[in-house]
Amino acid sequence: MKLYIQLAWRNLWRNKRRTLIAVSSVFFAVFFSVVMRSMQKGSYDYMIYTSVSTFTGYIQVHGKEFWDKRSLDQSMTIEPSIVQQFRKIPHVTAVVPRLESFSLISYGSATKVASVVGIDPEHEDQMTNLKSKLTSGTYLADTSQGILLAEGLAKVLKVSVGDSIVLYGQGFQGTTAAALMPVTGVVKFNLPNLNTSLIYISLPTAQWLFSAPDRITSLSFMIDNIRHLKSTTRNISALTDSRYEVMTWDKMMPELVQYIEADNSSGIIMLLILYVVIGFGIFATVMMLTNERIREYGVLISVGMKKARLIFVTILETIFISFMGVISGSIASLPIIFYYIKNPIVLTGKTAEVMLSFGFEPILPFNISAGMFLEQIYTVLIIALFSAIYPYVFIRKLKPVKALRG
Amino acid sequence: MPLIELKKICKTYSETKVPVEALRDVDLEIEKGEFSAIVGPSGSGKTTALNIIGGLDDPTSGQIIVDGHDISTLKKDEMINFRLHHIGFVFQAYNLIPVFTARENVEFIMLLQKISKEEREKRAIELLTAVGLADRIDSRPSELSGGQQQRVAVARALASHPSFVLADEPTANLDSKSAISLLELMEVLNHEYGMTFVFSTHDSRVIKRAHRVITLVDGMIASDVLNTSAHEN
Ligand SMILES: Nc1ncnc2c1ncn2[C@@H]1O[C@H](COP(=O)(O)OP(=O)(O)OP(=O)(O)O)[C@@H](O)[C@H]1O
Ligand SMILES: [Mg+2]
Repeated sequence: MKLYIQLAWRNLWRNKRRTLIAVSSVFFAVFFSVVMRSMQKGSYDYMIYTSVSTFTGYIQVHGKEFWDKRSLDQSMTIEPSIVQQFRKIPHVTAVVPRLESFSLISYGSATKVASVVGIDPEHEDQMTNLKSKLTSGTYLADTSQGILLAEGLAKVLKVSVGDSIVLYGQGFQGTTAAALMPVTGVVKFNLPNLNTSLIYISLPTAQWLFSAPDRITSLSFMIDNIRHLKSTTRNISALTDSRYEVMTWDKMMPELVQYIEADNSSGIIMLLILYVVIGFGIFATVMMLTNERIREYGVLISVGMKKARLIFVTILETIFISFMGVISGSIASLPIIFYYIKNPIVLTGKTAEVMLSFGFEPILPFNISAGMFLEQIYTVLIIALFSAIYPYVFIRKLKPVKALRG
Repeated sequence: MPLIELKKICKTYSETKVPVEALRDVDLEIEKGEFSAIVGPSGSGKTTALNIIGGLDDPTSGQIIVDGHDISTLKKDEMINFRLHHIGFVFQAYNLIPVFTARENVEFIMLLQKISKEEREKRAIELLTAVGLADRIDSRPSELSGGQQQRVAVARALASHPSFVLADEPTANLDSKSAISLLELMEVLNHEYGMTFVFSTHDSRVIKRAHRVITLVDGMIASDVLNTSAHEN
C-alpha cells in the first residue's frame, strides 16, 4: 500500500509546474467558494435572526387555525406549568406570550386601524429589544394601563406622550372592546409596516380590553442558534396537544424563505460554473499525466500489474491533486472568515438603504460551519472521480503490446 | 517436458490494409536452463514471437504451452497473474518506473506478488548487488546510465522468481561495451542460478554469446543451431 501511495505521490511531481497549476486552481476555487458561502450563510442567518427577533420568534405556538383566521376566537389558554416547561427546553432563550388583535384607534378627528399587541413587557424585551426602540416616554410594566405607540402612528394621529387615545374594536366571542387609554411611550421601528401599525399594551390590560381573561394568541420562542431549530421544535411539539399548532419561522415568513432560496441558488449556480471550469482543468491535467505514460503502463501491465491496481494508482493521483487544493484552500479561508465573523463588512450606499428599509442593519456578518467545508470536499471529490474516468477508460482499453510499441 | 512449447503458431496482423503474416507455422521447444537468442532481419517476427511466448499477444492459430500451462486458454486477468509469477521481462527501453529508485523498482514487482516487506528489501538488495549495482541502490533511473538501467531491469525480472526471462532486444539502446557486459551478466545468472533466458537481438557480438541461435526469416524458422563455441566460454 505504501509503495502505491508513494508511486502516485511521486508521479504528481514529475511535472511540478503542471501539478501546482492544477492544485492552485482547486485552491482558489475552494477558497473563493468557502468565503462566499460563509458570507451568504452568515447573511441569511443574520436576516433570519433579525426578522424573527423583530416579531415572530423562531418558533410560535398558537391555537389551531389562528394563523389563518387571525381572530381572537382562535386564541388559547396555556397552563403556566407548561410554559414553565417550555422555558426549560435546552437552547430556548425566551418564551414570549402575546394577545393580538386589531382595533380602531382615534385621536381627535383622526382614526386608524392598528394592530394591538398585549405583551409581557419583560419577556417581550428579551426577544425584540422593544425597550431600546423607545424614543420618548417610558416602557411598559407588567400591569401598566398605558399604551406604547409606534412612531409612525403617533405622527399620523398627531399624538404624543401624555395624550389619551380611544381604542374601539371587537373582543373575544363578539364582545365589544372599547377604552380610552393614555400614551405612555413611543417606539420606533425600522420596518415601515410595523412603524405605522403597532401599539403595545400590557398583557393583563389586553385580556381585560378584549374580554379574554387568561387567553393569549401566541407564544413565541427564541433559541440560541438556528442549528437547534429542528430539535427544539420537536421538544415543543412533544409538550403540546392537538388544540395547538407549532410553527417555525419559515412557515410564518415565506417571503423571506423565498428571498433566501433565490439568492442562495444564484450563489450555487455561480459556484457550479466555477467548478465546471476547474473540473475540466483537472481533467486535462490528469489526461496529460496519463497519456504521457502509455509506455510505462505497457511495461507495468506486461510484467504483471493488474489493470485495476494501475487504475487505483491513477485515482490516488487525482485525489491527491484535488485534496491538496481543498485542504490548502480551506485553511487559507479560515483567517478571512474568522476576521469577518468578528468584524462584519459594513455596507454603504443603495444596498445599505434597501437593507435598512427591510429592518436589517446594513452589515454582512460571516458564518462558519463544518457543512460549508464538507460541501467543498464532496464537490471536489466528485471532480476527482470524474477526472479519474479518463485514466480508467484509457487503462481498461490499453493493450500492452501496442503501448510498448508506442 | 520442454519449458516452452510452440505448436504450429501462426500470427497474422489483419488490422492493416494488407494482412501481415508475422509468424507462419512456427514449431519451437525451449528447455529449462537454455540461453537462447532469436535473431533475424528487421520485420522477421522476433518481437511477435516473444510477445506470444510472454502471453502479451494471442496467436492467430496454434497452441502454446508455457511451464505446463496452455496459456491460450487463460482469461485476461489470469494471464496477467501468470506473467507476474512465471515470466520475467526485460524490454528494449522504458523498463523502469522513473519515480522509483532502483531498489523500489525491484521491490515493486515483489509487492505485486504480495511478498513481505523484509523479504522484498532483502532480495532487492541481493539482486542489485548481483547485477553489480550495490552502490546505486537508491538511484533513480534518470541518474543511471542506459546499461545500468538495463541491469536494474534484469534484477527486477529475476526478483519475481520467474521460470524464465524474456528479453526483446535488451541491448539495442546500449553502446557495444555495455551491451557485452549486460550479456555477460545474463550469462552468469544463467550459469549460476540456472535461469532460462530467451532474448532477441540484431547484434552479431551478442549473437556470438548465445548458446542456441534461432533464426527467423519472414515469420518462419530458417535455422536453429547450437553455438558450441559459446558453450565453451
Ligand atoms: N500491430 C501490428 N500491426 C500490423 N503489423 C504488425 C504489427 N506488429 C508487427 N507487425 C508486422 O509484423 C511483422 C513482424 O514484426 P516484428 O515486430 O515481430 O518484427 P521484428 O523481427 O521484431 O522486427 P525488428 O527487428 O524491427 O524489431 C513486421 O512485418 C511488422 O511490420
Ligand atoms: Mg522487434
